[in-house]
Amino acid sequence: MNNAIRKLGQLALVLFLVTLFTALLVSLLPGDPAEVIIPFGDERDREALREELNLDDPLPARYVAWLGDFVTGDFGNYYRQSITEPVGDRVGDAAPVSLQLMVYAQVLALLVAIPLGVITAQRAGGFLDKFANTTAFGVLAVPNFVLALVLSYFVGVELGWLPPQGYVRISRDLVEHLKSMALPAISLAAGQVAVYMRLLRTDMVATLQEDFILMAKAKGLSNKRVLWRHALRPSSLTLLTVAGLNVGTLVGGALIIEIIFTLPGMGTLIFQAISERQYVAIQSLVALIAIGYVLVNVAVDLLYSALDPRIRNARG
Amino acid sequence: MPEVEPTAAILDVATPSGSIEPTGDTELAVARTKRLGVIGWLAIIWLVLVALMAAVPSLFPVPELTERFPDSLRNRDFGPTSGHPLGFDTSGRDLLSKLVHGTRASMIVSVLAVSFGLVIGGTLGLIAGYFRGRVDTIITNAFNVGLAIPQLVLALTLAAVFASDANAGYGQRVLVVTFAIGFASIPILGRITRANTLTWANREFVLASKTIGAKTPRILIREVLPNVAPAMFSIALLGIAVAIVVEGGLALLGVGIPADITSPSWGNLIATGRSQMLLGEAGQVMAASTMVFFTVLSLNYLGDVVRARFDVRESAL
Repeated sequence: MNNAIRKLGQLALVLFLVTLFTALLVSLLPGDPAEVIIPFGDERDREALREELNLDDPLPARYVAWLGDFVTGDFGNYYRQSITEPVGDRVGDAAPVSLQLMVYAQVLALLVAIPLGVITAQRAGGFLDKFANTTAFGVLAVPNFVLALVLSYFVGVELGWLPPQGYVRISRDLVEHLKSMALPAISLAAGQVAVYMRLLRTDMVATLQEDFILMAKAKGLSNKRVLWRHALRPSSLTLLTVAGLNVGTLVGGALIIEIIFTLPGMGTLIFQAISERQYVAIQSLVALIAIGYVLVNVAVDLLYSALDPRIRNARG
Repeated sequence: MPEVEPTAAILDVATPSGSIEPTGDTELAVARTKRLGVIGWLAIIWLVLVALMAAVPSLFPVPELTERFPDSLRNRDFGPTSGHPLGFDTSGRDLLSKLVHGTRASMIVSVLAVSFGLVIGGTLGLIAGYFRGRVDTIITNAFNVGLAIPQLVLALTLAAVFASDANAGYGQRVLVVTFAIGFASIPILGRITRANTLTWANREFVLASKTIGAKTPRILIREVLPNVAPAMFSIALLGIAVAIVVEGGLALLGVGIPADITSPSWGNLIATGRSQMLLGEAGQVMAASTMVFFTVLSLNYLGDVVRARFDVRESAL
């Protein structure tokens, strides 16, 4: 119970500091933020912007005002020549695309990595084990954007098997949607497969030396049943944690992969915001991503202790 | 140290909070011998080559960066010819020359960034792990906040904010990218240093040193640091690999080292090669990607060897 309160406190602290950092990003801009955000507009627009962003207020007041807007769903505006457009409008469309990409990649990675990890652990040191390990080591040295570019060019353009770019909504055509997401998801998943496989293999090898495995074997259970029913579950905890921690890798990767495959997700939004110097938008987008990431990690942590009572008590 | 970066995943593996210590047989098969082996030597030779390219590109018999070879343009054939083993880009420039000259910027950014992260993160980690208590709580929480933002997103944000001055010169932009990557790597480097410091800070020889009246800075530098150094070194190797990849990622996002004929980096060669790729010329992307691949592979391998050799306990977090 105490532990839960402490964790909640830490979560609150982390959220506070993360939002503080992002909320003050605009203040970090060299020079007058209003000049930077609206370089070509007239002084009246800038005055309005200063008012809106509370640039003349002291920092704490500015943070409170920003936070108040943020939690009520007001993520600021895009400031273009003539139009100002709320950032929130775009986020609603973009966030699902990024989420889809990350979920597909994560599911794909686990679907491939779990069988590979189990099989290689069964014959640790064998040919397949060595081959899979060496391949995994090589895959880890391929940046996912390189893989994305290569796949998009060779599979998408040269072979023409899958669309090299573009996005199809799930509601428009499910098959086309999956086709448009296939190459991005594979690019993002490949590195994760290597990590997950090595991790699960290590834990499985350790678990397979436990007494209860010997017991299960002695009872005459089939090898298959021992592996999948008795050994996999206690071996999957580290995998679960790392899968959670790796959401950060996925987020970073997804941003770039989206740009390469021109998927209209958060990465593309951030990319556009950067190239158009929309700092207010950058601020909100980074805050949203960071908060999402923190919450996922907390969820993983809770799930983790729920799954394994030993650890729940031992970790204190 | 999460990320665009498949290699960053290695660092994630190194920090599963509350993981169960695996019993033996954990290291990668190829690195288990704890000796360098043939692959290890190949990795070192490759890195020396890369270092030479970065330090003295004039050693390598490649054409000047600005030189264009009109023959390739006339025939619209950018493939390899004699004297140009990698062929040309779509403006008729020698690709090998671009790779060699692009090494310096990539190396400067990644090595400096990790050094920066290591000096600051390492110092904080040492202090947190040695003094424990309240200092530790504060520093660890600060690291956790840093880790709460994916590394690429943090680097991207910093680079975007500090590069907002459109008139910034080349050197300034390189500095911004270096700082952004370095700052974003502080938390993970710091956390690993702290974890390793914790396991050394209460050993007998440290207590002995304390007993004979050594001052705290001396204990930290002469007793604790040398024991933590192998861990820091192995994580620095992995960190440099990650930084090389992040540099490429930032370039693709448009906030990397500015692309220019005379100032290539591997990252911006990949980024600018993208448009050539859409025209059907994948040469530049493939060439620069290959450099990144072998360099990252070498660094990862050597990092693993160092880790195995010094029995670094990365799961002691």
